[in-house]
Amino acid sequence: MATDSDAPDPRDEVVEHLPAMRAFAASLTRNSAAADDLVQDTIVKAWKNFDKFQEGTNLRAWLFTILRNTFYSDLRKKKREVEDVDGVMAGTLSEKPHHDGRLALMDFEKVFQRLPVEQREALILVGATGMSYEEAAETCGVAIGTIKSRINRGRARLAELLDINDDDSIEMTDQATMAVVTSGMSVRKNTG
Amino acid sequence: MTDDKDKDNLEQQIDENLRKVFQRHLEEEVPDKFMDLLAQLKKADEKADEKGSAHGD
Repeated sequence: MATDSDAPDPRDEVVEHLPAMRAFAASLTRNSAAADDLVQDTIVKAWKNFDKFQEGTNLRAWLFTILRNTFYSDLRKKKREVEDVDGVMAGTLSEKPHHDGRLALMDFEKVFQRLPVEQREALILVGATGMSYEEAAETCGVAIGTIKSRINRGRARLAELLDINDDDSIEMTDQATMAVVTSGMSVRKNTG
Repeated sequence: MTDDKDKDNLEQQIDENLRKVFQRHLEEEVPDKFMDLLAQLKKADEKADEKGSAHGD
């Protein structure tokens, strides 16, 4: 135990990362009860392995690595079911954006949750937490190119599911709808 | 109407939404059970330290 210096014990800093760990866990599990279980398991594992944590390095990234490794090892144990849900769900339904081409947050999250977990993970780490590609690659234990391609595929898939890829889908092609809208209010110009 | 511009705009929208989704979870209150767990782990460490050699996974 490194109590022989004035440096703060990284164990005391875990608490600061709890919100981020829960948010990351939620994006992996898509279920808040499962996310909390995952965070608890992660904390216990981190504690057992704190001697392997290099002080001065990024604690959050280290905790995220343990979290996602725990998640994937649970996933392998539970096998099929979860994977299948990904596969089946990914093929269903697309959410239409609102008429101004923007999407409600809840709709976005619903669509996001249909992506394969590797893509969700990469998108959240880089797109939301602000990790660099390099940090994300290290956290996930894969090459930078792999992270990049997961992000690209994830974005493309999101665009496809959100149906905001081509202008046609945002413009109202249905003439009846168009008529109602134009008569009912001033049409908001497509900002996309 | 250039494709590049659309793509940038799309990426921005996606990233903005990703941040919002993440932020929404970040702002959730952390349940007490996590603080309890951390306190327990810490206590266990202190006990182990007192015993000195006792160490097991």
